[in-house]
Parts: sequence; C-alpha cells; structure tokens
Amino acid sequence: MTKPSRLLPLVTPENEHYWQGGARDELCFLCCQDCSHYVHPPAPLCPECLSRKLAPRAVSGRAVVHTFTVNHQPWIPGFDPPYVVAIVEIEEQPSLRLTTNVKNCAIEDVSIGMPVQVCFEDLGDGVFLPLFEPRA
Amino acid sequence: MTVPGKATTRLERSAAVTGIGQSAVGRRLNVDPLALTADACLAAIEDAGLRREDIDGLSTYPGSMPTPAGFSGAGITEVQEMLRLKLNWFCGGPELPGQLGSVVNAVMAVATGLAKHVLCFRTVWESTAQGGGGRQGIGSGGGGRFRASGFMQWTLPYGAASAAVWIAMMAKRHFHEFGTTREQMAWIALNARRNAGLNPNAVYRDPMSMDDYMAARMISSPFCLYDCDVPVDGSTAIIVSSVDAAKDLRKPPLVVEAVGTAVHGRPSWDQWDDLTTMALRDAGAMLWQRTDLTPADVDCAQLYDGFSFITLAWLEALGFCGKGESGPFVAGGSRIALDGEVPVNTHGGQLSGGRLHGYGFLHEAATQLWREGGDRQVAGEPRVAVAAAGGGPLGGCLLLRRD
Ligand SMILES: [Zn+2]
Repeated sequence: MTKPSRLLPLVTPENEHYWQGGARDELCFLCCQDCSHYVHPPAPLCPECLSRKLAPRAVSGRAVVHTFTVNHQPWIPGFDPPYVVAIVEIEEQPSLRLTTNVKNCAIEDVSIGMPVQVCFEDLGDGVFLPLFEPRA
Repeated sequence: MTVPGKATTRLERSAAVTGIGQSAVGRRLNVDPLALTADACLAAIEDAGLRREDIDGLSTYPGSMPTPAGFSGAGITEVQEMLRLKLNWFCGGPELPGQLGSVVNAVMAVATGLAKHVLCFRTVWESTAQGGGGRQGIGSGGGGRFRASGFMQWTLPYGAASAAVWIAMMAKRHFHEFGTTREQMAWIALNARRNAGLNPNAVYRDPMSMDDYMAARMISSPFCLYDCDVPVDGSTAIIVSSVDAAKDLRKPPLVVEAVGTAVHGRPSWDQWDDLTTMALRDAGAMLWQRTDLTPADVDCAQLYDGFSFITLAWLEALGFCGKGESGPFVAGGSRIALDGEVPVNTHGGQLSGGRLHGYGFLHEAATQLWREGGDRQVAGEPRVAVAAAGGGPLGGCLLLRRD
C-alpha cells in the first residue's frame, strides 16, 4: 500500500519539538517547569500558572481514543479515503488531546475508549507525523 | 467557571430588527456576488420603509476574505462604496461569536447611539466559486509547497480538511455518551426538507424519506450527504434600528429581547472541553440569563444546521430539551414540525434551503414573526423566535420579540 500524500505542517521554532520528536521516537509536548502542566498546542506561557518556563518533555505515547470518524470524502488529492480521523487523549493528562489518524488496524475495529500507542510516519523535510495504532 | 450574572440592564432591547431582504438563492447562479448583495440590501432597506440615506451603520461577517473560495462575497468597503453610504459606525470581521455576532455588533452600536439604522449583510457564492468540483477541503488548492500553519497544522496532515470531519467527531462522541442514533439525527434533515417543500426559495424541495437518508453516501461518519448543508450563492440583509427610530417604520419592530455571545471553553475544534455541547452551551446559557422569557415561550426556533448535529446541539444548548436528550426529542419529527411544540428551521435550514451561512436563520425568524411565511407560516400569532448560528468553537444567538 502506498503512503497517503499528506499536507505538511509549517515547522517553526515554536512547534518543532512536536513535529520532529518522532526522529527519536518521542512524542513531545511543552511542559510547565513550575506546575508540570502539559501545554498543547504550543503557547508562550502556561495557561494554568502563567509561568513562562516551558520546555519540551516526552510522554509515554499511550493514549485513548476520545472520539473518531471514518472519513469517506476525498478532500486532499492523493490522500484517499476511507481513513480514520480521531481525537486521542494522552495518558499523562486528561485534557491533553490531539487530532490524529488511527492506523494498523481495520477501520471497523476502532472504537471510543480504545487504548492506542503513538507511532510515527516520516514525511520528509524533518517532519515526523504522530499517528496512533492499537496498544497490545 | 464564571457565568454572566442575571443582567439588570439589557441594552439589546433598545434595538430591533426592522427589515429583511434576500437576493436570489441558488446553485451556480454565476452572478457577481456584489450584485447579489445589492439585491439583498436594497430589499431590506425597502422592507423597513427606509431610504438608503437613512442607513448610517454597516456590519457583516466575515468581512472581505479571499479564501476559502466564495466564503465571503462582499466586504464592508465594497458595499459602502457601492451604495455610497455615510457611515457613523461599521464593523466587518470573522472573529465573532458566530456569524450572527455581526448582528449583535449592530445591536450594540444602535444601543449605544453610534448608529440609528445598521444594515447587516452576509453574502456567499461558494457554489459558483467551487464550480463543479463539489465541496472543497481546506488547503486543497495549495499545491506542493503548501504548508499548514495555525490550527490547520494540527488537522490537515491527517486529512481532517473540513468542518465536516471535525464536527462528525463531536457527533460521534454524542452518540457514544447518550445513545443518539443516525435514525434520530436524520429528522433534522427530514424536517428541513419537509419545510423546504413549502418554501419557494429553498434549493432542494423534493420530498426526502428516511430510506433516502439512510441510503445516501457517507461523508464522514456519522454524517452522510444529507447531514451536510448545500453550498449556494446568495445574500441576506437585516436592518437593525434603534427602537425609538423604529416606531414610525413600515413593520412592527422585532425587539432584540436577549443575545447570547459567551464562549467559556477553549476556542478550538478539538480542544473544547465537552465536544458534545460545542461552544453553543455557553451562548445558549447566556441568552436565558438576559431575559425572563423561557424556552416554553419560543414560537419557532431557527437553529444553525451547517451539519445536522449542530441543530441537535443548539436544541440542548437553548434548553428545548435536556443535555444529551436531543436525539429522542427530534425522533419522529413531530415536536420540531411546523405544528409541533417548537417548530425548527421552518424555511428548510441550510440543509435544504441553502448555505446562507447563519443569516438565513435570522431572516426566517423575522419572516415568521411578521407572519410572512406563506405555506410554511407557523400557525397562531408567533411572538417570540430564536435565531442561532455557529458550531464548534463559535456560536451566537438572538431572541426576538414582537409585542
Ligand atoms: Zn504552569
């Protein structure tokens, strides 16, 4: 199966920890050095304590499917449906969510509450896309 | 989380809707969107019994915007220039509590005396601009060097290139938590089509059955084709006047009884705390904190249906049913029918009437209160109507009252 032709994110100093962590197999988020709150999407300060001491920190990569959809509409040339788009919640913090794809399983096997684990797809240009697959 | 206290002064009541207008609405009209805007604006001015010289305020959503194609058919500057308006106040922009936030702006301008008669408009020409290619994904025209930034960087690389995908996930979560089904949600689309059949200006008027709905192709589960609104070309205009200035106009003023503009959660399509409510929760709660009226007083509800699920969420946000209960509430379609306890989207909504992007709901609320609905007119003498627009992290609503 050929890889889908994905649109790439614009990598900046603010988000490179997220898009490039996959080079080391790490899913990284900004984390507050004062209160340990993970901040995503990246921001210049912690929304909990307003500290500006934020630094990238790797998480376990374990997550749970919060919700999902099976997309059937061809939106992007070369990125062919059907595929699963999901919002997953990262184990380390209930509010730590991201939109992603669930892969390496049959579409009909995806469900809300399903335990998943991060994996990465190398898109070139230094971008490693965090994706999720079923956790054993 | 703080909520706005019970309002003691409700300045919105010093403003009223005094006229409405609409251009031709249709698929691929191939008409200059500014010309459509002129049709709607001049019709609204005439409807109110005003002259163009009386208009001293101008408001629109989202303002001039080159992309997505056809999303904005006209901006403030073009309309002011075209009609040579002498403006005391104007405002156009996208960062508002939903599309009707631009009307709330007009209400505030009138209430504070910055303007006397504000012309509000919203023009779309997505049907012509998108041509025969169907609904487009965001960024799909970007070519090989396109790089997603801002919020889009978190969704486009995953093929989540449309609000259809984002809101489908909200609907799925609602299905999961409350047992809502496609058969229940279908009634938003079926009710809209039933009402569109009585509206000569609606785009899709042929009868639709539950079998038709269930047989339609999926877009993004649980949304099928009929859960998604239909891009059209068209313009809608609304005149907001001060109640003092409204007294001598052609029509009974529709007083703005209350507005809801709150957004307390994170303003994001995927980070919002409770995806089953969207931002509509906060706007709806605020509306009822600014009036002594209750949902039981509402004679018709015109609730945004960019996707069918959004109407379910507005029904809950505005308290027409309890949280999570919108599926059973609409099932069978009798409660939301023209002769039901709360007639919903009496013109056919955007699902069957066409995607006029928010303004169509306020236009229809006024139409019903002025009892100009023709075959689709709600029986009796409706006095109170709610118009609500927006979905995801954007939502705003107005309650209109005819004395
Ligand atoms: Zn902190």
